[in-house]
Amino acid sequence: MKFLITLLFALGAMDLAAASIHAGVGQATGSIREAINMAAAGDTIYIHEGYYQEGNLTIDKPLALIGLNYPVLDGNHQVEILTVTASDVVIFGLEIRNSGQLSTIDLAGIKVLSAQRVVIENCHLRDCNFGIYLSNTQDCRVASNNVQGILKEEQNCGNGIHLWKCERALIEGNYLTGHRDGIYFEFVTDSEIRYNHSEANMRYGLHFMFSHNDHYHHNRFVRNGAGVAVMYSRQVKMTENLFGFNWGSSAYGLLLKDISDSHIWKNRFEQNSAGVYLEGASRIIIEQNRFQENGWALRVQASCDANTIRQNDFVGNTFDVSTNGSLVLNTFDNNYWDRYEGYDLNRDGIGDVPFRPVSLYAVVVERMPFGLLLMRSFMVYLMDKVEKIVPSLTPEQLMDQQPFMKSLNHA
Amino acid sequence: MASVLLRLTHLLTPKTDIVIRIVKYVLYDILQNRMLLGYTLFLLAVSFGLFNLGGDSTKGLVGLLNIVLIVTPLVSIIFSTIHLYNSAEFIELLAAQPVRRSVILWSEFFGLATAMKLAVLVGIGIPVAIFSPDLTGLTLVLVAAGLSVAFVSIAMLASVLTRDKARGIGLALLLWFYFALLYDALVLFLMFAFADYPLEKAMLGVIALNPIDLSRVVVLLQMDISALMGYTGALFREFLGTGTGIVFACIILLAWIFIPVFFAVRFFGKKDL
Repeated sequence: MKFLITLLFALGAMDLAAASIHAGVGQATGSIREAINMAAAGDTIYIHEGYYQEGNLTIDKPLALIGLNYPVLDGNHQVEILTVTASDVVIFGLEIRNSGQLSTIDLAGIKVLSAQRVVIENCHLRDCNFGIYLSNTQDCRVASNNVQGILKEEQNCGNGIHLWKCERALIEGNYLTGHRDGIYFEFVTDSEIRYNHSEANMRYGLHFMFSHNDHYHHNRFVRNGAGVAVMYSRQVKMTENLFGFNWGSSAYGLLLKDISDSHIWKNRFEQNSAGVYLEGASRIIIEQNRFQENGWALRVQASCDANTIRQNDFVGNTFDVSTNGSLVLNTFDNNYWDRYEGYDLNRDGIGDVPFRPVSLYAVVVERMPFGLLLMRSFMVYLMDKVEKIVPSLTPEQLMDQQPFMKSLNHA
Repeated sequence: MASVLLRLTHLLTPKTDIVIRIVKYVLYDILQNRMLLGYTLFLLAVSFGLFNLGGDSTKGLVGLLNIVLIVTPLVSIIFSTIHLYNSAEFIELLAAQPVRRSVILWSEFFGLATAMKLAVLVGIGIPVAIFSPDLTGLTLVLVAAGLSVAFVSIAMLASVLTRDKARGIGLALLLWFYFALLYDALVLFLMFAFADYPLEKAMLGVIALNPIDLSRVVVLLQMDISALMGYTGALFREFLGTGTGIVFACIILLAWIFIPVFFAVRFFGKKDL
C-alpha cells in the first residue's frame, strides 16, 4: 500500500513537471528562444500562429514543440533554423522557411544530431537548403511533412530529407519536391520509407548509398531528373512503388548499381527512358512488376549475375530488354510480353515456344547509340523479324522459356 | 515606272496564264482518275482505323507514320510516272503549240503535286485534325505532303529519263525501293563499318540525303522519343528540334522537291520527243 501511494505521488510529480508553455504572439512568453530556455525536460511548448525570426534555435533537452496553425519560423537565408541535439524531441506543425546555405556546413531547415526517438511531423518546409537532416540518429520518425525547395544549380542545392548514418528510421507520408534528391540515405540501416510522394526533384527522387536492410514501399517517384538510384547496398526491399515519367537522356525509373540480395516486387514502371537499369547487380529478384511504355523496360548490363526476372508484365515498351554482352547469367521466367507471338496448344496459359526479349535492333543501339536514328524504319522492322527466326547477333541464351500468354498484374 | 510595270505584266501575264490553264487541264484530268479517289479513301480508312484501334492518339500517329513513310512515297511516285506516260500524247500536242517546254513540264508538276497533296491532306489531314490536333499531328501531315511532292518530283525525273513506259515504272519502283529500304540498310552498314568514329554529325548529313529518313527523324523528334537517344538525340534535338533545325529540314525537303524536277525540265528541254 505504501509503495502504491509513493508511486501515485511520483506519477503526480512527473505530471506536474511536464508543464505546458505557450509561446509566441499574444502570449506571456513572446519569443520561442525564451520559451525553450525556460522549459524543463519533458515540457511541451505551444507556438502560436505568427511570424518569427529568431535565428538558429537549438533544442538540447527533450521537448515537444507544437505549432498551432503553422507558425512561420524564418531563417532569412542566413542560418539553420532548428537544430536538435537531444533525444525524445517532438516537432509538430511548424512552417520553416529560408534556411541559410554554406559550402562548408550543410545547413538545413531542421537538423537532428546524434539523437534517439525524435519525431518530426506535419511540418512545412519552404526553400530550405536541406529540408530535414538526420545525422547519427536511431529510431527517429519523419512523417507527413511537406518539403518544397526552389530549384537552383545542383551543387548549390540540398536534399529534401537527408539521412546519414541512421538506424531504424521511419519516413512516411511526406511530399518532397524541388530539391536535389527527394530522400537521401547514406549508411542508413533497418529503416522504412513508405507512402511518400517525391516529385520533380533535380536529381533522384530517392537515393540510397551504402544502406542495407531497408524497405521502401507504396511510394510515388515521378518526374524526377534521374528517377531513383539504389547503389552499393544489399538486402533492400522495394515493393509496390510507382516509378513514372522520368524522361530524359540519362533518366531511369530505377537505377541499381552494385546492389545485391534485394527484392523488387509489385512495382509499376511507367513512361521512363529506362524502367530499370542494372549494373553490377547480383541475386536480385524482380517479380510481378509492370513495365509499361518505357523506352527500355530493362537494361541489364553484362556485369549482372544470378538475377531472377519473373512474372512481370512488359507492355508497350520501345525495347523490352537490352544488354551489352552475350553472356547470360540471369534468368527470365514466366513473364508476360506483349510482343510474344507464340501459341499455347495445351491451353495451360504458358506459351509453347520461348520468347527472346532482346531484339536485334536493341543490340545495335546498345553498341551504337546513334543507331536510334533508324528507329521505326521499315528496314529495322524487317531485320528484327529475320533475327527472331534465326538469331545471330542477339544473345541466344537470353530467353523466357515459359512466357505467360496473359498479363498477370493489372495496373 | 508605270511603263516598266506594264511591260513586266505584259511579259508575265501570258506565261502565268498558260501555266494556270495547263495546270487546270492536268488537275482536271487527274481528279477524274478513280485511282486518286481510291487512294484518298484508302488513306482515310487506314487513318481512322489506326486512331480507333489504339485508343491512344500517339499510337495512332506512330502507325500513321509508317503509312506516311512507306505508302505515300510509293503511290506518289508510281501514280505520277504512270500519269506522265499516259499523257505523253497530250504533252506532245502541247509541245507543238507555241508554248515553252519548261512551261509544259512545270505545269504537269504543279498539277500532279497539287493532286497528291490534296489526297494526303484529305486522307491524313482530316483524321489527324480530329484525333490529334497538336504540333506532332501537324508535323506529320506537313511531312506527308512534302514527301508526296518530293516523290512526284523524283517521278518526273525518272519518266523524263526513260522513253519506255515499262522501264520508267521500273526505275520509279527501284528509286522508291532505294529510298524506303535500301538506304537504311546502307546506313546501318556504314554505322557498323565506322562504329569507332564519332559519327553523330556525319549521320545528320547522311539522313538529309534521304527525304524519307529526314521526315521520319523530324516526326520522331516531335514525338519526344529523342530522350531515348542519349547524346545523339540531344544533338539532333538541338539541331532539328529548334527553329533553325525546322528551317533546315524544310530547306532540305524543298531541295528534294525542286532539284529533281529542275533537272527533269532541263533534260526535257533537250529531249527528242
